[in-house]
Amino acid sequence: MGRVRGVVTASMTTPDTKRVEHEDSHELVETTPAELGPLYRQMLAIRRLEEASAKAYSQGKIGGFLHLIIGQEAVCVGAVAAIEQKDYVVATYREHGHAYAKGVSARAIMAELYGKKTGVVKGLGGSMHIFDKATNFLGGYGIVGGHVPIAAGAAFASKYRGDGAVTLCFFGEGASTIGGFAEGLALAALWKLPVVLICENNQYSMGTPVYRSLAVEDVSLRALAHGMPRDRFDGDDVVKVKRRIAEAVERARTTGEPTLVEVITYRFRGHSMSDPGLYRTKDEVEEWKRRDPLNRCRQRLLDVGMPEAELTAMEEDVKAEIEDAVKFAEESPPADEYMKYVVKE
Amino acid sequence: MAVISYREALNQAMREEMDRDPNVFVMGEEVGHYNGAYKVTQGLLQRFSERRIVDAPIAEMGFAGIGVGAAMVGLRPIIEFMTFNFSLVAIDQIVNNAAKIFQMSGGQYNIPIVFRGPSGPAVQVGSQHSQALESYYAHVPGLKVVMPSTALDAKGLLKSAIRDENPVVFMEGETLYNTTWEVPEPTGGADDLIPIGVADIKREGKDITLIAWSKMVWTCLDAAKVLAEEGIECEVVDPRTLRPLDVPTLVESVKKTGRCVIVEIGWPVAGFGAEVAYQMQRHCMDSLDAPIERVTSDDVPMPYAKNLEDEVQPQVKDVVAAVRRALYLE
Repeated sequence: MGRVRGVVTASMTTPDTKRVEHEDSHELVETTPAELGPLYRQMLAIRRLEEASAKAYSQGKIGGFLHLIIGQEAVCVGAVAAIEQKDYVVATYREHGHAYAKGVSARAIMAELYGKKTGVVKGLGGSMHIFDKATNFLGGYGIVGGHVPIAAGAAFASKYRGDGAVTLCFFGEGASTIGGFAEGLALAALWKLPVVLICENNQYSMGTPVYRSLAVEDVSLRALAHGMPRDRFDGDDVVKVKRRIAEAVERARTTGEPTLVEVITYRFRGHSMSDPGLYRTKDEVEEWKRRDPLNRCRQRLLDVGMPEAELTAMEEDVKAEIEDAVKFAEESPPADEYMKYVVKE
Repeated sequence: MAVISYREALNQAMREEMDRDPNVFVMGEEVGHYNGAYKVTQGLLQRFSERRIVDAPIAEMGFAGIGVGAAMVGLRPIIEFMTFNFSLVAIDQIVNNAAKIFQMSGGQYNIPIVFRGPSGPAVQVGSQHSQALESYYAHVPGLKVVMPSTALDAKGLLKSAIRDENPVVFMEGETLYNTTWEVPEPTGGADDLIPIGVADIKREGKDITLIAWSKMVWTCLDAAKVLAEEGIECEVVDPRTLRPLDVPTLVESVKKTGRCVIVEIGWPVAGFGAEVAYQMQRHCMDSLDAPIERVTSDDVPMPYAKNLEDEVQPQVKDVVAAVRRALYLE
């Protein structure tokens, strides 16, 4: 008699040997003002950029869909801090923060949201489609899931050429149910492509909470079926995000192995500007806001010894940067050339 | 000049381009160790190794997307679909990503990729494996759509497609792989290439223009022979690429003959032939002596039984009948 078909016992399943284990993961991660200062500055700039774009949207100066990343800044900033200039980033439509962290200027982003010629993609893409070749930012994608194979493809090219670059791919837990994610994950694991797949689990797939969209709420478990390393942690400490993503990046760079990382986070605003967020309670949102990663980062910066005056000066500098970006967007000429980039000659 | 098969022509095109450019690679199901489901990639694994001839599992959305990502950062992928029917599960990558990234990125990232494979009905493989999907892709700005009818065109156009800076949907005739044509030895120069977007007159004639692509070119050539016996001289024009469409060459022929029949193996509703008919009436109104005729497959999913399958698809007799209608002979 062989095994009884359809019956799976615990001893027949693959042991979970690829889980990255960390003890005391809620302990503060060691850092210095020199490391944390620039991370805080980026997080703050993204927060202010998003607030300024929300304001411009409400004034009718930005159109279409606008998905803000407010509340999640520690994830994109921490993760991108773990890679180099030559590495690639692929993201979804909620990508202003990732683009800024990779080096796209606030001016270029804001002008794009305004639909201006000076926008990062000349007013042709808008909020959801930021691309920047100069910083290896491979795009914001409005149809999630399909961008996971694209990230795997950039990693495939790195492996093909042996250029040592690593690709970070960001997506929400809402994208973890679509086929593109499943296929991208499977192929990245099969071919050992140097990509780090980062699930920003912000608890809601648009208005649907994880318990109504996922049978198993731990997205990182998907790595198990592919023998892929995985990690899962809270995304409220930007330094922790940086350290943990750095481990996955190092693994990708040295062994070519991909990692599925799930970072638990929360967006404070609605899915997009048109979403009042009626599917969650005020208490819930307030509870998460009390743990705002931006405030936490600021306090930590003071704790590790940055003088208050230096911090305030940095905040003034960010304020000026975003005001300049808005002014630049306001004063830029309108977009044109829409026929020029359909087919490359 | 050697007479080679359409299959061999495609194989030669890929081999020559891969020899020429180390950034070209082939990815798809069964392209390597199996030597291709239709043997188009025969021998390429031996020559180029697993690094450049990549066997993919059944995940068209996944490996088509890997091709798009690789193309963004400088490689030149050839993605083989075992048949274009399977491209429908990857259409998000082709239409939403490959076709749009050049524009979405404000011209920063072009996508030099070829999606190729057999297309159109074969023989008794049922409805899911018997579709002509060129109208789907021809609809999309940002794509080029190539449909060669002969070994000569297949080779020169595939070489051009691989060198193109844009996504090219390269649809091979599933029933044309064994057809043969004279193909010159490669010179290594520009004359090895056939430019995308240039139509070809496959047979000259003065009485009526037949416009057809891929397998239907052969059906039209057979119909032209039958009609020649009655003294009717058909001009058979093969656009070879549907997007961009060489409207001037088609217009010139229709203005000369004053009559036009468009033959396609796809379904009638919103089929590409309707666009061709629009262009011809728009540009040739004063020259037309009869309404433009279309011959298409019947408006049904393909049945399996051989007699029904033949009934559904355009046959020589259907083309002959359409020509006779356009000449007011019936």
